[in-house]
Amino acid sequence: MIIDEGYIAALAAKGVRADKRQPFEYRKIEIQHSPFSKPEGSAIVKIGNSTVLAGIKLGVGVPFPDSPNEGVLIANAEFSPVASPEFEVGPPEEDAIELARIVDRGIRESHAIDMEKLCITAGEKVWMMNVDIHILNHDGNLIDASVLAATAALMNAKMPEYDGEKINYDVKKKKLPLKWKPVAVTFAKIGNAIIVDPTFEESKVLDAGLTVSTKDDGNICSIQKSGSAGFTREEIDMLLGKAVEMGKELREKLSHDASILKF
Amino acid sequence: MTMATRVDGRKADEIRKLHIEAGVLPNATGSALVSLGETIALAAVYGPRMLHPKHLQASDKAVLSTVYSMVPFGTTERNRPGPSRRSIEIGKVTRQALEPAVFLAEFPKTTIDVFINILQADAGTRTAGINAASVALADAGIPMRDLVVAIAAGKIEGEYAIDLNGKEEELTDCDMPIAYMPKDNRITLLQMDGDMPLDDVRKVLDLSMKSCMQLYEAQKLALRNRWIKAAQQQEARTEG
Repeated sequence: MIIDEGYIAALAAKGVRADKRQPFEYRKIEIQHSPFSKPEGSAIVKIGNSTVLAGIKLGVGVPFPDSPNEGVLIANAEFSPVASPEFEVGPPEEDAIELARIVDRGIRESHAIDMEKLCITAGEKVWMMNVDIHILNHDGNLIDASVLAATAALMNAKMPEYDGEKINYDVKKKKLPLKWKPVAVTFAKIGNAIIVDPTFEESKVLDAGLTVSTKDDGNICSIQKSGSAGFTREEIDMLLGKAVEMGKELREKLSHDASILKF
Repeated sequence: MTMATRVDGRKADEIRKLHIEAGVLPNATGSALVSLGETIALAAVYGPRMLHPKHLQASDKAVLSTVYSMVPFGTTERNRPGPSRRSIEIGKVTRQALEPAVFLAEFPKTTIDVFINILQADAGTRTAGINAASVALADAGIPMRDLVVAIAAGKIEGEYAIDLNGKEEELTDCDMPIAYMPKDNRITLLQMDGDMPLDDVRKVLDLSMKSCMQLYEAQKLALRNRWIKAAQQQEARTEG
């Protein structure tokens, strides 16, 4: 893929973008709830041409010794080679692992799920909650799309019945104990210009990136700075405020249900 | 052959609800989504593109590479991501099902990569994947001798039936997937596990090939619709 770095940087310096967006404007966001029947919860999220699936699977397992009365959250992300000519077959590489960890922290640190309610017998049996992210088309800002997809899937997830011995996946009724809806907002710095929701091209030329996850009450639950340049203290102050503000708008989109893939 | 009664009320020779959509992934050269009931397969084609390292290249033709994989949340119990012995075998037979259809000699030294993602598994995933790959290759504009259609048949309560779903597959004692190029009457994939008299194998082949013709029409229609839609979008752009 050939990217004209000079062109994108020159545009950014003038405060314009190749797709004519404002610096702090997202692309079109669409969310489809529960597209699949096998996972306990699922969602497809599109931000522009970036398309991401999230699926929640619940199983029963042994809790960690240091949290015997809490369920277990496991987040994983797969950059499938269907999504980009850059992705190759093989185990997750550092970008996929970083993405999974940001999704994990968004859910874990916000206490989005009341993990104590996922305890079946303290010290013995708890619900194991797998949140799997699967990228279908990469056009930048996979983090915000993935966190939105994970949160949407948590919202629509239904727990299978468990009789103490066997899980009955044919009967799913109870919703997950969801307390908060974490969302992530990602900024990119190109030269001295700062934008939100970078496209694939923009993320290839960015000097620094900042992802901020927030919850419904405006508290911040995870921050990740990336890239090889830095932000000034003033820039960080400004972006944290923007992330809270824009996070609210993203959270509102979670109640909409679009038809992206039809089966 | 008498008609079996089935859990979802289908007739023995009736396939599940079928939906095919071509051109679903903007980044891929070609792509397609195929659903048969609850089974959903997505295929993406990248290429023809340069193949590295060089020793993997064929000097006289393109190398067709197929990778079959399943999303971790696509099954009743979560399945571990990464290759398994099963997925590697399916990747191989899928490649060999598609190879006869593609004019590989047109693109020496390159690779045509076909990635199949099973988004949801409810039996018949390899055949759904082959249907998706066939449409994705055509969507990529890669010259082909014919489309490749695929379906599996099995046996329920002593009667043969086409396109089993997951519940039926748990009970079946035979499973026979085929892939077929209708124009030249070529069977490009044939597998069977079970215990069947010769005559029955022949009967099941007849049953499967009848369904193949239905899939053939559906594949062609999906490709036609994809280009009608593209033309309409193009028109809207030039008018706007």
